[in-house]
Amino acid sequence: MGPGVKASIMITCLGDLFFPEVGEAMVTVLRRLGVTVDFPAGQTCCGLPLFNSGYHDEAARVAERTVRLFGEAEHVVVPSGSCAWMVKTEYPGLLKHDRILKAAADSLAARTRELSQFIVEVLGVTRVESDFAGKVTYHDSCHLLRGLGESRSPRTLLRNIPGVDLVELPGSDECCGFGGSFSVRLPEVSTAILDKKLGNVEATGAGCLVACDAGCLMQMGGGLSRRASRVRPLHLAQLLAGGRR
Amino acid sequence: MSEDLLRVPFPQRAGAALKDAFLQEALTIATTKFIDLRREAFEGFPQGDALRDRARGIKEATLQRLDHYLGLLADNVERLGGHVHWAATGEEAREIVLRLCRDRGVRMAVKSKSMATEEIDLNEALEHAGVTPIETDLGEYIIQLAHEKPSHIIAPAIHKTKGQVAELFSRELSGRFAADPEVLTAVARKELRQKFLQADLGITGANFAVAETGTLVLVTNEGNGRMVTSLPRLHVAVMGMEKVIPTMTDLVVFLSILAKSATGQKLSSYTTLVRGPRQPGELEGPEHFHLILLDSGRVRQIGGPLREALYCLRCGACLNVCPVYRQIGGHAYGHTYPGPIGILLTAMLKGTDSVKDLAHASSLCGACKDVCPVRIDIPRMLVELREQVAHEHVAPVAERMLFRAAGRLMASPALFRLGARAGRLFQRPFTRGGKLRSLPLFFGRWTATRDLPPVAPRTFSERWDELDGPKR
Repeated sequence: MGPGVKASIMITCLGDLFFPEVGEAMVTVLRRLGVTVDFPAGQTCCGLPLFNSGYHDEAARVAERTVRLFGEAEHVVVPSGSCAWMVKTEYPGLLKHDRILKAAADSLAARTRELSQFIVEVLGVTRVESDFAGKVTYHDSCHLLRGLGESRSPRTLLRNIPGVDLVELPGSDECCGFGGSFSVRLPEVSTAILDKKLGNVEATGAGCLVACDAGCLMQMGGGLSRRASRVRPLHLAQLLAGGRR
Repeated sequence: MSEDLLRVPFPQRAGAALKDAFLQEALTIATTKFIDLRREAFEGFPQGDALRDRARGIKEATLQRLDHYLGLLADNVERLGGHVHWAATGEEAREIVLRLCRDRGVRMAVKSKSMATEEIDLNEALEHAGVTPIETDLGEYIIQLAHEKPSHIIAPAIHKTKGQVAELFSRELSGRFAADPEVLTAVARKELRQKFLQADLGITGANFAVAETGTLVLVTNEGNGRMVTSLPRLHVAVMGMEKVIPTMTDLVVFLSILAKSATGQKLSSYTTLVRGPRQPGELEGPEHFHLILLDSGRVRQIGGPLREALYCLRCGACLNVCPVYRQIGGHAYGHTYPGPIGILLTAMLKGTDSVKDLAHASSLCGACKDVCPVRIDIPRMLVELREQVAHEHVAPVAERMLFRAAGRLMASPALFRLGARAGRLFQRPFTRGGKLRSLPLFFGRWTATRDLPPVAPRTFSERWDELDGPKR
């Protein structure tokens, strides 16, 4: 279903700065599926951190920029559920005071998908060829799960990698404690929530923890690294791209 | 709530709660149990979703004409021989109760569980006036003995383990009691039986009040609500004005989802319907019935940003699933109503200033909205509160400057690139084995407990030309 489809990557601030390899993996996967990928220059952040902290005028300015930046895109693919949620559910409201911008925001919202949803819903693909092998577990990011109502697409894609053994994570739908600025406003509470999550992760015996959100991966990855865990935090795109790319 | 407690800033209160091993044990056990019970209750109830929508619709429609329904309720209560009082503030509500106590020579009051009376600090006021209040809900009884406040909307003593309750009873009720819930319940039951018979006044809240019939509805599991409303000669009910519902049919809708959300029960053990005082020819019931309708900041939110918080049924489901509540419990919030909905209710009752820290006591994970029986969009209102906090300059100056600067950075790709470069320079001395393990200043709030990936040597944007090149 991929050939002929054009998609623009919205890399997100965390993806751009901290996880460029996730972006690369995403490009690899999309191209493997025959998608023509482009990357509109001048991307920064979707504005979610500003929005969530209550700085809505500032968030609206960022939203306006982003809406213009992706004005021509056929599809917009985002490797983070929270940023996709921001674009899809909050941009139209933030830009409601300008009729033209509001219409552009509605249009962008309709064209934007989180990566797993793009692959399964837009491309109609449920199996991506990958040589990744191992026992993995999956964390449901809050914004992807409850914000966008998505729990099946990532699991379907994982299960259909021949070498992957997907074990369910107890409490997979519970927050990892990131919450953007919450993680540094209340670091002790954030870490207590994280510790519970990582305890569950390690109990699964999986060697790899998969998520579809850079924020969760930063939080859970930071915790795993601090406790010198053997569990590797990876983005879904990295599993789909496989080890040899 | 206790002013002493509020003198300690919220982050410290939360930190102390995290270190309380008893609290942690009690919270984990209780919230996990509540979550499982609620899930099972709705799994076996396919109509649940539609009924939740309907319940929400009833709340929405009732608030549109709140004056009408409150008027109808008052008329019907008075027609049945009851008295209705309108209290603009908690203080007014307290004064009404105290005046009734004085006029009727009340010495002892038995109470069934009521968050509205907690909200107005009624027990303290009664004690000052020489009236002994006795809590008769088991959880409330426990915390009254311990001189504490409820830490959960429906399970006020959720923060205590059974071992702690056994110790408390042994100390306060002179005896040696095993840490066995059945034993402890029997002890409380025996103690309370006498009080029911002695009390001059029964005080309740209200889960609902039905306008068309003037019926007050109490939902309990111990039957104490029934005793409180039938044994003493005087019954006073304190109720938030938003609790009125139009009809008995509406009541059925709410009852079908309330207990399932709260405790996972199909219905609570007792649903008590009270219509005014004892009628001629009736053998039971109080001689006098007074209903106090409490505003205290509610009515002005009908058209305000916190409107949806007025739909709340006080089931406590959002507390049980909240990752923050599950870690810190109810007391750390510092106000009558804890948890995600509690932050909104506190803002409603006490103003935005009182929640400038609490508005941020949420990761906005959305679990609360998911379980709310009337689908209150709690995360959205928390964000709106944060907006007020930021906008009305309640937030610290440093924070506002930081976010304004971040706003500029995000609106300019050139500044964003510059920021990435600055980050790479700044992080250089702190990078060990490809991770940032200890950063100074503000960043230490992250690295105290978690590693941070360094800003990549080349960002995705900087790599794109190469990625794009071969394909063109």
